[in-house]
Amino acid sequence: MTTATAQIGTTQQRRVRTGSISRGRKRALYWSYFFLVLFVIFFLMPPIYMFITSLKTSAEIGAVTNPWWVYNPTLQNYIDLLTQAQFLTFFRNSALVAVIVVSVTMVISVLAAFSLARMKFWGSGTLATGVFLTYLIPESLLFIPLFKIFAFVHDLTGIELINHWWVLVFLYPTLTVPFATWIMIGYFSSIPKELDEAALIDGAGYLQILTKIFIPVALPGIIAATIFTFTVSWANFLYPLAFTTSADQLVLPVGIVTTLIKGDVYNWGQIMTGALLGAAPPLIIYAFLMDYYIAGLTAGATKG
Amino acid sequence: MAEVALRNIVKTFDRTPAVAGIDLDIADREFVVLVGPSGCGKTTTLRMIAGLEEATSGEIYIGDQLVNDVPPKDRDIAMVFQNYALYPHMTVYENMSFGLRLKKFPKPEIKDRVENAARILDITNLLDRRPKQLSGGQRQRVAMGRAIVRNPKVFLFDEPLSNLDAKLRVQMRMEIKKVHQKVTTTTVYVTHDQVEAMTLADRVVVMNGGKIEQIGSPNEVYHQPKTRFVAGFIGSPAMNFLPCRLAGGNGEGLSVRLSDKLSFPVPADRGGRYASHVGRELVFGLRPEDIIENRGSLPPGRAAFSAQLDVVEPMGMETMVYFLVDGTEVCGRVNPAAAGKPGETMPLVADLNHMHLIDPQTDQVL
Repeated sequence: MTTATAQIGTTQQRRVRTGSISRGRKRALYWSYFFLVLFVIFFLMPPIYMFITSLKTSAEIGAVTNPWWVYNPTLQNYIDLLTQAQFLTFFRNSALVAVIVVSVTMVISVLAAFSLARMKFWGSGTLATGVFLTYLIPESLLFIPLFKIFAFVHDLTGIELINHWWVLVFLYPTLTVPFATWIMIGYFSSIPKELDEAALIDGAGYLQILTKIFIPVALPGIIAATIFTFTVSWANFLYPLAFTTSADQLVLPVGIVTTLIKGDVYNWGQIMTGALLGAAPPLIIYAFLMDYYIAGLTAGATKG
Repeated sequence: MAEVALRNIVKTFDRTPAVAGIDLDIADREFVVLVGPSGCGKTTTLRMIAGLEEATSGEIYIGDQLVNDVPPKDRDIAMVFQNYALYPHMTVYENMSFGLRLKKFPKPEIKDRVENAARILDITNLLDRRPKQLSGGQRQRVAMGRAIVRNPKVFLFDEPLSNLDAKLRVQMRMEIKKVHQKVTTTTVYVTHDQVEAMTLADRVVVMNGGKIEQIGSPNEVYHQPKTRFVAGFIGSPAMNFLPCRLAGGNGEGLSVRLSDKLSFPVPADRGGRYASHVGRELVFGLRPEDIIENRGSLPPGRAAFSAQLDVVEPMGMETMVYFLVDGTEVCGRVNPAAAGKPGETMPLVADLNHMHLIDPQTDQVL
């Protein structure tokens, strides 16, 4: 009652205050739009430039004209690339590597994260930290020791690991497994302990708890880890550059650069086209999975 | 349908004892409530019965079977958790049938059982919903439904009502009692709320510091507490405790001296019980409802006195009056019409038929 009367007394004041709040909010909105537009322009410039250039002939690229305008648009670059067996090989190699790496990584890291998050065994805490520390070692430090290891394996077994696309399937998980495991440990730890206890009492074994409770509940986390893993294995440049050389073993990022730059001749039109086509799959996957990702996040965010 | 027996159960976490030797026999179909303050080991005891925690030593029997090394799923128990622990990605129906599906029950039977449990709990119209679309009380019902469909030997409840608001808690308390009357299954129920313990239990087990203080019917633990802890823990507002000296003995009856000005005669029938403690410093215990307004006549065992009121709390059907005896606050429970105002001196009556004397050395009620 007292609060009600107090409100009546201060109506005037209140209106003034709400006015200033909404004005402040408006100003904040203007500024955020301003900066967002600025960021969008900044970040979209390169892809737009790539797109514009990919529609130009080599002659037009070389000519002194407005670089932001296409005077004679042509799809020739696209036709050339997509009819070129080599480019399709890069694409196939990239796709195979990405799919296998994502599958392998997710299987390993989901199992690892589950055991590290839930089965309290001796040294599990140290192991979990160790997994994260592994991720902190940059790949540029790792590829020289990896060469040594490959040489060692070759000496020992006679298996040649260098210059095969499939060797990337063994290399990328060194980057993806630690990070994906770390993400998944976080997600799994946020699942209330009572949930697995309830399942345990309901008669589920550890594997059933994982497949029937943890994976469905932590799906947003699994999708996040999948996106990350896919991005890493699709876009990694250093390892394929270092470990593969033959044209038929190359993946997309290295393939485009090494085959479309001949000496000091840069085939800009095709490089841009190749880069755009190479960026398409992650873009499509993001667009598709993001919906699930956000749906999953909001489903978990509401209470319960 | 089974008895549960605990034999000298001990549980230590990193050398800290959580449960320090518990013996408990729970009869078939009995509703037993473990009650005590947080950290008293009640939840740990329950989790050991469930198999979620391994007993450091001792034996746990469900039915005739020693279950120490039996995994939870083979103990034929069902547990209701404090935060319900419903599977968020499953509908109510799927939540309730999860255990049966894991055990590969035939579909028609699963359907029968779930629908039957849903009828008992009045949640038939919620079966297609997901937990996040339910209110707290509904979630609690689903959690109970998940336990009921399993038709287990023992129900275990771990503070199931403490996440609900006060009104709903009272309502769900009654629901649980109703369900137990319909589905008579041995039940072990853990709570820190002594009102829940009193209202639900066939027998109350009061725990403190990892040990059992007293086992008894709700009325026993209320009226005949064995230790100072039980006397103080059960009942709200709590029992008044005052240091006293037991005097008398030569011919006349005994009396307890609470202060220079205040002493009460001990009812004659207690004389034999207390005779050996004459002259000792003891603790006098009396519940607030045994300190009432003076209505004129004094039946045997009651003593009149007056006190200057310190705080007065009207509760509607009764009024709590607080006054000081030698610096210790004492609470009485009087008729609202008779209650005085703070600062006033009010004539009161103490019902000494319900008094307790506690040995301060052993904390045992004499």
